[in-house]
Amino acid sequence: MSSDLLRLATIGSVDDGKSTLVGRLLVDTRQLFDDQLDAVVNASERRGIGDLDLAFVTDGLRAEREQGITIDVAYRYAATPTRKFIVADCPGHVQYTRNMATGASTADLALAVVDVQHGLREQTHRHLCIAALLGVRHLVVAINKMDAVHWSPTAYRSVADEVETLAGDLEFATVLAVPTSALLGDNVVEASDNLPWYHGPTILRALEEAPAGSWTAARGARLPIQWVLRQPGGGRTYAGMVAGDALRVGDAVTLLPAGVRTTITTLTTLHAGAAQSAAPGLSIDVALGDETDAGRGDLLAVEPLPRVTRSLEATVCWFADRPLGSGSRLRLKHTTRTTPARVAAVAGVIDVDSLAVEAADELRANDIGLLTLETADDLVVDDYRDNRVTGSFILVDEASNATVAAGMVGHPAFVRPQN
Amino acid sequence: MDPLTVTTARPHAPETDHLDLLESHAAFVIREVAAECERPVLLFSGGKDSAVLLHIAVKAFAPQRLPFPVLHVDTGQNFPEVLAFRDRTVAMLGARLVVASVPEAIARGRVPDPGPLGSRNRLQTTALLDAIAEHGFDAAFGGARRDEDKARAKERVLSFRDAFGQWDPRRQRPELWNLYQGRVNAGEHLRAFPLSDWTELDVWRYIAREGVALPSIYFAHEREVVRRDGMWLAVNEFVAPLDHERPQWRTVRYRTVGDATCTGAVESAAVTVDEVVREVATATISERGATRADDRFSETAMEDRKREGYF
Repeated sequence: MSSDLLRLATIGSVDDGKSTLVGRLLVDTRQLFDDQLDAVVNASERRGIGDLDLAFVTDGLRAEREQGITIDVAYRYAATPTRKFIVADCPGHVQYTRNMATGASTADLALAVVDVQHGLREQTHRHLCIAALLGVRHLVVAINKMDAVHWSPTAYRSVADEVETLAGDLEFATVLAVPTSALLGDNVVEASDNLPWYHGPTILRALEEAPAGSWTAARGARLPIQWVLRQPGGGRTYAGMVAGDALRVGDAVTLLPAGVRTTITTLTTLHAGAAQSAAPGLSIDVALGDETDAGRGDLLAVEPLPRVTRSLEATVCWFADRPLGSGSRLRLKHTTRTTPARVAAVAGVIDVDSLAVEAADELRANDIGLLTLETADDLVVDDYRDNRVTGSFILVDEASNATVAAGMVGHPAFVRPQN
Repeated sequence: MDPLTVTTARPHAPETDHLDLLESHAAFVIREVAAECERPVLLFSGGKDSAVLLHIAVKAFAPQRLPFPVLHVDTGQNFPEVLAFRDRTVAMLGARLVVASVPEAIARGRVPDPGPLGSRNRLQTTALLDAIAEHGFDAAFGGARRDEDKARAKERVLSFRDAFGQWDPRRQRPELWNLYQGRVNAGEHLRAFPLSDWTELDVWRYIAREGVALPSIYFAHEREVVRRDGMWLAVNEFVAPLDHERPQWRTVRYRTVGDATCTGAVESAAVTVDEVVREVATATISERGATRADDRFSETAMEDRKREGYF
């Protein structure tokens, strides 16, 4: 991952001020064009909300503005002299958890917003749990609406303690709790005169200085094959995006699931043509040292090799209204391979407050559960903890084609085993 | 060392910069959709975003030919430079061009004739959806970016359209990681936006880096214009000055390219790509705000059009 880019997702409960914070961040760092700011001012005035409803910067749908809530993720782009940001402003309502997961699945950092008057709500717990599951390693928490508690250090400390304990349980690598008033702008971009007892960074400063790249270095390069390119003269190259670790010319690779050993003889990147190596995130095509019948859905891997299996122990966030139980049939998409899948067993559901696994026969909407899945075809998988690309999958409804679950191979370390 | 490596690699550039990752992601999306959908098509207006999209699509399948046709939704009120660019580009690539024509849709009675002063903006939606149905396209690539508009900021990279071509922003499919899934039932289709995460500045920096060809109207030139709705509108066969308007010659360029009756020019002295990059980096008005009358109908003009099946 390029270190000059930080992808962040806002998380937290409805009405704690996520969209207002993002609006404040964008307005105070002058990311909005004049006409966009004018449009937000006009929309605020038309609804009698005063001069400027900062949430309207990201709440761009008519229904969102009418109801004063965020329904789906808004992506905004910002740049300061030190860093570029892709901000995914996520909804807080429980019924839009699927949209929050969409925003957080590609994030390096979670920017959690907590109303200091309420502390951590169930939805905050759920979002932090999902962010941790998705492998977001860094957490910045705005302890928000400090103006409503007269800038009280005791109120801040109490919520900050609660957040820090939970973040520790969820094994975030870093956590920073910043007292803010997104509404008034305190400690978002500008340091606050109302909070003389706080000596830490503002939200902006924290984001600029946060470690980039969410991911512990994955072991072993992977190239899921997307497309076979026929070369003039009869040869073939295999196109895909590098995952895990850099891939190099001369690397000994194994074509999976077939198990054929070969080598990378040439490597071509989109941006620079023939190259000696390519980093994760780059689209490339490679030629192999031996004749193979590799095609879409196969995977080239450098040791340590992923495993080939038709049975997965997995952690699943379930988004559909109908329950998911043992015997349910779905389609599963993993890397570039799609295969029929069946739930063999439900091991339990994670209680987002206690992080304990509770016995359950089925997953209901927005549950996070532990499952065993069986697939019709071989999959080539790593644990999600080792590789975000080869460890992730989605489940798709066979009739409607809707994406109904986010799945991760393996179980998170932070859940407490069933009693 | 292989001599090819020496000449084509860029040893002084950082191994992966922002543009490399954006380009790689766009190519990844294009290949996924091409692999998963039966009949994709690439929407090509001749504008800068679709020119970049086409450039990446060609690279993604080289040395093979582009495995899908390109579709131009033609309002019949185009800048001639853009039509010439369209035809030149398609001929050079050997790509198959499908034209969805608004004048034909009017002639066939599919849409009412708005008259010489009426907007053909929304009529494009009917022409586009008719072409998608007629050719059985199940996916249409577009060059739309999330930074263009607040409704586009909400849209998925792969955006589902029901059998009526409608976008329902309340019921978008979750889109996790890079796992793009393009399954649709008969009559439904997808819009795919590989440039979702690009900004206007990224597009121009990429054009500069890759030498992507563009229609000449993107660069400063002398043109007869009138001031209308706060924009400079070109005087031509589609736009006649109104009584109170005073035609004048100005040095202008276009930041976006669309229908000639609703796309405004901006005053600019930027003649080269590098000068445009510098201009865009310091712009204070958004590209659609500066140049598109079609977004000014109401607060949610883009959302309303998108719901009906617009680009």
